[in-house]
Amino acid sequence: MRLLEHESKRILEKYRIPLPVGRLVSPGELLKIDTPVMLKAQIPVGGRGKAGGILEASDAEDAQQKVSLLLQSNLRGYIPKSVYMEEKKTVRQEFFMGVTYDTVAKAPLAIFSPVGGVDIEELAQQQPELVRKEHFTVASRLPVHRAREIVAETGISGKLLLGLSSVLSTIAEVFLDYDATVVEINPLGLMDDGRLIALDCHMEIDDDAVFRHADIAALEKEIGRVEGEKHMSDFERRAAGIDNLDHRGVAGRVIEFDGNLGLIIGGGGASLTAFDAIRSHGGRPANYCEIGGNPSVLKVKELTRLILSKPGVDKIAVIMNVVSNTRVDLVARGIVKGILESGKNPARTIAVFRIPGAWEEEGFKILSKYGIPIQGRTISIDEAARIAAKNSN
Amino acid sequence: MAILADEHTRVIVQGITGREATSFTKDMIDYGTRVVAGITPGKGGQSVHGIPVYDTVRQALREHPAEAAVISVPPALVKGAVLEALENGITLAVVVSERVPRKDTIEFLEVAKVRNARVIGPNTLGLISPGKVRLGMAGGPAADVRKAYMPGPVGIASRSGGMTTEIANLLTTQGIGQSTCIGIGGDPVVGSNFLDLIPLFDRDPETKVVVLFSEPGGVIEEKLSELVMTQKLSIPIIGFIAGRFVDNMPGVRFGHAATIVEGNRGTTKSKIEMFRKAGIHVAESFSDIADIAKRYL
Repeated sequence: MRLLEHESKRILEKYRIPLPVGRLVSPGELLKIDTPVMLKAQIPVGGRGKAGGILEASDAEDAQQKVSLLLQSNLRGYIPKSVYMEEKKTVRQEFFMGVTYDTVAKAPLAIFSPVGGVDIEELAQQQPELVRKEHFTVASRLPVHRAREIVAETGISGKLLLGLSSVLSTIAEVFLDYDATVVEINPLGLMDDGRLIALDCHMEIDDDAVFRHADIAALEKEIGRVEGEKHMSDFERRAAGIDNLDHRGVAGRVIEFDGNLGLIIGGGGASLTAFDAIRSHGGRPANYCEIGGNPSVLKVKELTRLILSKPGVDKIAVIMNVVSNTRVDLVARGIVKGILESGKNPARTIAVFRIPGAWEEEGFKILSKYGIPIQGRTISIDEAARIAAKNSN
Repeated sequence: MAILADEHTRVIVQGITGREATSFTKDMIDYGTRVVAGITPGKGGQSVHGIPVYDTVRQALREHPAEAAVISVPPALVKGAVLEALENGITLAVVVSERVPRKDTIEFLEVAKVRNARVIGPNTLGLISPGKVRLGMAGGPAADVRKAYMPGPVGIASRSGGMTTEIANLLTTQGIGQSTCIGIGGDPVVGSNFLDLIPLFDRDPETKVVVLFSEPGGVIEEKLSELVMTQKLSIPIIGFIAGRFVDNMPGVRFGHAATIVEGNRGTTKSKIEMFRKAGIHVAESFSDIADIAKRYL
């Protein structure tokens, strides 16, 4: 879960990392300002500045207008639900620091660069000597002396070294305490008086750890916190509703495509495999989906009906990997029922049915009864996809 | 020969009284796995399919020495269960549980490293060395496992549990057997990824070729390609990369937690390019896997 800038900054505040004075402004609020301010659209995505999501204002009227403008903008697919107003700070130098996981090395990674305010991945590619990366452990954390070692490698010394190391060590604390997967301050500014200040902050929390952070869980539940442009289609929303009919298995992650061949495929890896294969054989999928975990007959039936209700879709391909938990007979029953309830003929509607594995004999009996050809385990996913593509074109 | 575990490996099941664990414990026993004890704190003294249940790993191992643990407990309890196993000398932990907080995973992997123990998972269906042992729930009931898997010279490592069985099945139907088949787990951080497992297959005299099943997301395939290029591993590798259509859908999560293209990172295009550069065979279609494997047998 990606936190908004203002949410991340409230956490930094708790750890006494210096921040510009700022607050959220509500739409239509009468603003009073005496010094220039930065107005920052609160959206959960990077590249905000380049997209026009950060504006400067010098007086109240100007600020008011710009707040309204930001709240109506579409920035990288998001319509900001709030604007964060901060005092404008002039800085002498900008730094980058961040903590994340190196998923290959399986270790937390601290990153520091004396060049801030830039895309760090780009910088790391073009001038790797300017980006210092070092692993640390969850058990030993990142004590200040380790942080000092990292920052000192970039040639920084004196009072600045002490200040930067202290902030780097602190964000590693935040990272571990909050079960974050990313904590990044970019840029961290050096002011004329020698103090450091966090101008922006990007924080992501592990979705699987939100359960042990009541404050983050509360944020996640806030209605209208973010609004994305990527709305689910009506078809996808109805599919999600079907998945919620009961708790038995999943018939989810339905994504709409514009083809003519309905797909009931699963599980995760096999769905990716089957979708690619159908396309490579010239088939045109009407949807993507992942079923698995032994879904109920009801869910499979409803999903079948939904897919067949799409205009132009009169064939369905059913492909899964060799199943061990999901029962072939229950999927077969759900699909046949769904087709019959849609007023169609199962044998003519099924472009291919290829699910070998648990309870396959019972499943094959159902298919035979309706004259549906049986594709057993000797027919590969790829071959099944070829048959489906042929039968749907 | 098999890597990681064989017919002599003695196994405990942590969380054995849970619904899922009860079921796969039976499947493991039926397949011939030497399950010696189970652990569920508070349920010591019970038994599951004739396997005695203990309150602690220490008590269980005192009566029934074992090398491996299969762990299936709720996400919040996984870290404690793995640490308990490692501290009591378990050298192979297969973590079946899903939705384990990433920090917890890293933390028990740090301990495993110090203790020289190996972890498979989290979020894995487990592993099978056909005809010898099966740890976890890969392949389902023993009768189904016997249909899909058979002993032989091909190693499998897969980011998808279901596709581990599917690949084994593809090979078996063409008369090609497998040495060890591992679902590495669907999380971004897993105890043993391709980089860790390929060298084990490389050293195994009976594994002649390895099949990898990959998905979009992460950089493990890119890193593996670098390893193959610098260390000149001699074992032939066949890579199948599913989800090519996902390249055009950044930000959308598919199947497993790790299956997501972020910006330009994790695309199948870059993985395929890197594999080719490193001399890893890319199977264009799923059926190609068997055809390429045959060249090395």
